[in-house]
Amino acid sequence: MTDATSLTLTEARDALKARRISATELTRAFLGAMEQARGLNAYVLETPEQALKMAARADERLAKGEGGPLEGLPLGIKDLFCTDGVRTTACSKILGNFVPNYESTVTSRLWRDGAVLLGKLNNDEFAMGSSNETSAFGPVVNPWRRAGSNAALVPGGSSGGSAAAVAADLCLAATATDTGGSIRQPAAFTGTVGIKPTYGRCSRWGIVAFASSLDQAGPIGKTVADCAVMLGSMAGHDPKDTTSVDLAVPDFEAATRRGVKGLKIGIPREYRVEGMPAEIEKLWAEGARMLRDAGAEIVDVSLPHTHSALPVYYIVAPAEASSNLARYDGVRYGLRVNGRDIVDMYEQTRAAGFGREVKRRIMIGTYVLSAGYYDAYYVRAQKIRSLIKRDFEQVYASGVDAILTPATPSAAFGLAEMANASPVEMYLNDVFTVTVNMAGLPGIAVPAGVDGQGLPLGLQLIGRPFDEETLFASAQVIEQAAGRFRAAKWW
Amino acid sequence: MSVDQATVRRIGRLAHIAISDDELPHFQGEINAILGFVEQLNAVNVDGIEPMTSVTPMAMKKRHDVIDDGGDAARVLANAPAREDDYYVVPKVVE
Repeated sequence: MTDATSLTLTEARDALKARRISATELTRAFLGAMEQARGLNAYVLETPEQALKMAARADERLAKGEGGPLEGLPLGIKDLFCTDGVRTTACSKILGNFVPNYESTVTSRLWRDGAVLLGKLNNDEFAMGSSNETSAFGPVVNPWRRAGSNAALVPGGSSGGSAAAVAADLCLAATATDTGGSIRQPAAFTGTVGIKPTYGRCSRWGIVAFASSLDQAGPIGKTVADCAVMLGSMAGHDPKDTTSVDLAVPDFEAATRRGVKGLKIGIPREYRVEGMPAEIEKLWAEGARMLRDAGAEIVDVSLPHTHSALPVYYIVAPAEASSNLARYDGVRYGLRVNGRDIVDMYEQTRAAGFGREVKRRIMIGTYVLSAGYYDAYYVRAQKIRSLIKRDFEQVYASGVDAILTPATPSAAFGLAEMANASPVEMYLNDVFTVTVNMAGLPGIAVPAGVDGQGLPLGLQLIGRPFDEETLFASAQVIEQAAGRFRAAKWW
Repeated sequence: MSVDQATVRRIGRLAHIAISDDELPHFQGEINAILGFVEQLNAVNVDGIEPMTSVTPMAMKKRHDVIDDGGDAARVLANAPAREDDYYVVPKVVE
């Protein structure tokens, strides 16, 4: 097999089971591809020795006809997941050379099921960003380029390394996290599939925290079925995360074969935002047609508080971040900058260790939680969050099974193109995805077409709580109708 | 609502982040842009609406009040920037 890295995860799984390729051969192919693609800066740490050890163990199990659902499959892990004995930094200088001596629940489930760790993937610092440009390791380059142009594009963020690595065949699939769109927006920017499951579906234990009431782990993969297999391993109850839900994990892969016949898919009128490019509008209509052709009923719905979701997010997320990131004080792990006294040590450590975006969000959070402003900002935002969730509940109560929207307001933009933009302009990237985190719902981004410059564009499906199965079923219909989108190799 | 530079300094102290004089106007501008952006929320009617406390309805899980972990100082201290025996070392706090 000459081009093993271009296999999908399910194809590779079947090839391993049929012994057409070994886990060691497959792993070596990826390690070679990673070496060639270092210019993309998708990995912040490669773990070739560990990968080959894990692959050898997988081969032993496969030879005996044993092995878990992910046996021998090489994966990339976002550097937000703590990995036992492997440096974990959240792509922040403040974690320095932090080496956890424990494993996040989500990644431990992947290793339990036989997966192979290729390395740690780049992301925006503490997952705060929409372009992967806030990483202390520098930006990730999108494997996609505009037709006839060599200009470097961003892969989106915060899971930019995960999305770029999957799109460039540098792993079969990757873990990612999503607080406001950090799985779905980079998936849309790179022609890959990404699902943010329902809040509580995956354990947050061992994942570097950003905004705890919004953070969820999920996979980015080459296909809908690949994401279904990944989520099947990642999900499940964990007593170590009190918000993880004690629900059986369904057979997500089987759900991809269900079809959409008889499903009612809602089109929310409030997502038709001002200044939306005509090609996004067209893609959205195309997606609705694909689902209708497959037997779904398309209905107009209304989510009246949609426009409030982004401003609510920029109160709630920084507030939670300011409290979560208080732990980085130079005492127990990571960077320490000595000072005149202990307070000066804290202040100098945090000034040197956090990047600009992270500092700004901590400061906004600190302000909105401070005495005299808490009710005006934080409590009011949490009330509007209740209204956003109620909007969805009313739509689902009316019999709608899932909601179709664009994933992003544009295709991938250029590296440094937003450098002089106000933070608010960058935040607009998440305008379609952030509502889903506000309401704790599952959302999947699936590529559905390309723009006039040949860049991939994605659609988003939003589901009922804990009904990821309907999302896999409907995203599969779009994938089948639209086909897969692959970047032409130049790196 | 907008913040002045003295307020930005106060926020920095509350957040334990040292802010240089050069950074001050930048942070002020950015924070004010965000505060301006979220101002639209004042137009939303929230009468009688409860603030969200849990995004999925769930009962608080409780564990038995027993010691079931710990006693592992070496692992806890493994990443300490400065340590002595089983303690973190910090600048003198109490005179």
